Amino acid sequence: MKHPGMINKVYNISDEIFNWSEDNFKRASEIIKKYPDSRQQSAVIPLLDLAQRQNSGWLSKTTIEKVAETLSMSYIRVLEVATFYSMFNLEPVGENFVQICRTTPCWLRGSDKLVEVAKEVSNIQLGETSNDKKFTIVEVECLGACCNAPMVQINDDYYEDLDEDSFKKILTDLKQSKEITKGSQIGRQTSHPQREKNA
Amino acid sequence: MPTITIDNKKIAFENGMTVMQACELAGVEIPKFCYHEKLSIAGNCRMCLVEMEKGPPKPVASCAMPAGDGMVIKTDSEMVKKARKGVMEFLLINHPLDCPICDQGGECDLQDQALHYGFDKSRYEENKRAVKNKHMGPLVSTIMTRCIHCTRCVRFSTEVAGVDDLGLLGRGESAEITTYLEKTIDSELSGNVIDLCPVGALTSKPYSFKSRPWELSKTETYDVLDGIGSSIRVDTRGKQVLRVLPRINEDINEEWINDKTRFAIDGLSRQRLDKVYIRENDKLNASDWDSALNKIKDEINKRGKDKTITLSGKFTDAETIITSKLFSKGLGSDLYDCRFDNAQIIHGESESYKFNSSIQEVENADAILLVGSNPRWEASVLNTRIRKAFINNSCKIGLIGPELNLNYSYTKISNSLTGLNDILNNNSEFSKDFFNSKNPIIIVGTSAINTSEGTSVIKICAEIAKKLPNFSASFNPLNILNQDISRVGSLELDFKNSDFDGDFEKNLKAQIDKNKPVIFLLGLDEIKPKSLEGSFVIYCGHHGDVNAQHADIILPTPAYTEKSSTFMNIEGRVIQTSRCHNPLGDAKEEWKIFRVLSDLFDCEIKFNNLNDVRKKLVDENKNFLALLEVNNSSKLPFSSKEIIKDQKFSYNIDNFYMNDSISRSSETMANCTNEILKKAKAS
Repeated sequence: MKHPGMINKVYNISDEIFNWSEDNFKRASEIIKKYPDSRQQSAVIPLLDLAQRQNSGWLSKTTIEKVAETLSMSYIRVLEVATFYSMFNLEPVGENFVQICRTTPCWLRGSDKLVEVAKEVSNIQLGETSNDKKFTIVEVECLGACCNAPMVQINDDYYEDLDEDSFKKILTDLKQSKEITKGSQIGRQTSHPQREKNA
Repeated sequence: MPTITIDNKKIAFENGMTVMQACELAGVEIPKFCYHEKLSIAGNCRMCLVEMEKGPPKPVASCAMPAGDGMVIKTDSEMVKKARKGVMEFLLINHPLDCPICDQGGECDLQDQALHYGFDKSRYEENKRAVKNKHMGPLVSTIMTRCIHCTRCVRFSTEVAGVDDLGLLGRGESAEITTYLEKTIDSELSGNVIDLCPVGALTSKPYSFKSRPWELSKTETYDVLDGIGSSIRVDTRGKQVLRVLPRINEDINEEWINDKTRFAIDGLSRQRLDKVYIRENDKLNASDWDSALNKIKDEINKRGKDKTITLSGKFTDAETIITSKLFSKGLGSDLYDCRFDNAQIIHGESESYKFNSSIQEVENADAILLVGSNPRWEASVLNTRIRKAFINNSCKIGLIGPELNLNYSYTKISNSLTGLNDILNNNSEFSKDFFNSKNPIIIVGTSAINTSEGTSVIKICAEIAKKLPNFSASFNPLNILNQDISRVGSLELDFKNSDFDGDFEKNLKAQIDKNKPVIFLLGLDEIKPKSLEGSFVIYCGHHGDVNAQHADIILPTPAYTEKSSTFMNIEGRVIQTSRCHNPLGDAKEEWKIFRVLSDLFDCEIKFNNLNDVRKKLVDENKNFLALLEVNNSSKLPFSSKEIIKDQKFSYNIDNFYMNDSISRSSETMANCTNEILKKAKAS
């Protein structure tokens, strides 16, 4: 399974420099303040997350080093955390990071078909990033929304109760940078029982 | 005391012990990989599982489970046997079957334990995982597929060596040990990860594919490459030293040794002097002992017996010192000295050159004042104790001297030695902390005392030491950190002459210019050949280093692995090394050389064997009587409040890896210099 969050390498774009944006620097300071004195290193996960958001969805060498310097940690300690959690991507990803759930409930409800749709729309294979940098598509294990299977996660949001058509629409809309509906695609409220209207 | 029942045997244990320690107390051996006495507990190999009655219905990891009063532990029940087999099977799933080509073979924890606790065949049919090897520098070679992720190396480098270089990346099946971006481990203790690795993932690069452990003869001895005299085991095959391993010695080196001790040994088979050489027509020609001794006799008689100078070097043992001193006295000369680096002492006061508070006490300190010392390079293993104090007692460390790259944080007090005045008058930020702490010590490096002002530096440090709260009849907080194993022993035997006080090279030059004497260099390469011009130089040593090339006669002597000799380490602890193999070529021990020479001059040396020499040693100084003991006094009768004048100084050690004749001949050490020091300088 190829996944940018599951590699043990540090990737770097030459000449790339990472500095906290003014806003994020403030947020980082606030996060650090939540932890007791001399325990600032506990803030490593939220700070990595903040850095990943600022760095278009992935952690580069300089990003990791910046986080380490902010928390006075050694680089290797931060890299250990970044490689441990698959939510931290260590390779550049597209604007839309599409994670398709392939665990049993989603698979029974047709996640294989969603993978085919994704490949077709983005014109890439699993684990790859499209040339226009719009999509990175990966398969993942259970995301915990089995009641609404099949589902995918795109960036921070879940898209549930999918079928080939609705998923295709989502992806084509994203490709054209259009607004899309989050959550259930058949109008279900969270995971309420799915019934006929008059039943 | 609380009691615990282990395999139906009831024993008492101390509070704070783990179940594993209690088991060991009961004489039951628990198999383990990740647990190590000197490192923090990780509990991730699961090999040490035991059954606990009335505990959870599953085996518990004994290394991480605190022993409790009334616990009932079983270590040989069915459950434990099954658990061990299961863990072993898991560990072996991805471990390659390459024991026949693995350097760890024959001394591998995994191999041994698989024999005792494993299955006889594999049930695993899937592919094994393979991991790319990582670069870790010129000393540690890696075969990462063999790694079982015990993380001992990671914990060692973080906790003991104090360099956050190693880490465990990823998780589960993709977990890998590596340094950040595969950089070289920047530590002078990196070789210890090789010993710590329970499998063959981290092995010694210079020793790779050289030998098998059962082919080697093993000799327990002591290291002489720095002042502390670490306990080591030397493994030899024939006349070749193949490796050096640490031995556990809680008083000195715990169980670590530095990379120079471990890897400089290839220098022992390079550039060796194994023949007698005599200079004729400005060229050194191989010769024999008889002609050399006759030539020496002629020269000494010609140039004046009582003008003869004898200078000892870094590795000169006490036997050599005592015989050469007696010989020199027999000639009517008292021009001998051992302070080639010009480190000053106060005559007659052993406290002015010893590490008085003992090495072990360093880890109990809660404040340390470093005066012109870089302990990381001057005594790397002692430095781990300073780091221990820093971690365990939040020890405050102050440095008087130029900035250093130490593996703990310190307060820089001043660039020059004038900082001592402020400490004495208690008007600096650090001095307040220092005097208010419970257990402060002072460590003075030789760089601070190797000028003519040296004695006043020692005196003012003694004055500070007297003011410290822990200064008492039984504890002396003043420590002089000598870099050479020979120094304290030589000074204890009074191998010094006040004529050389102040400025060693200048005084030597004056002597040479005046008398053009015969000079015996006992393996001394630390002074410039130029300063010896005009004299007749007899070099007794084992390496063709700087001064041998300029000598008039070379007498080959055995190196430290080739003879049994006595030293005093920095604390004044007497250590006796053992002969690991026979000397090379025509080499003769120094005391024998001087014994034969004494016959040519009718001096009074009547030794006929090593025992006689050692008897004489004890006659001369009672401190040589008891092996491995320290008896230091705590009087400090030489203190003074004299103000130190502003004086720039620099550290007298500029390359940790190559600063004596053995390590300068070592290829491995040259590689380290290139790869570690030069890179560090460039970045």
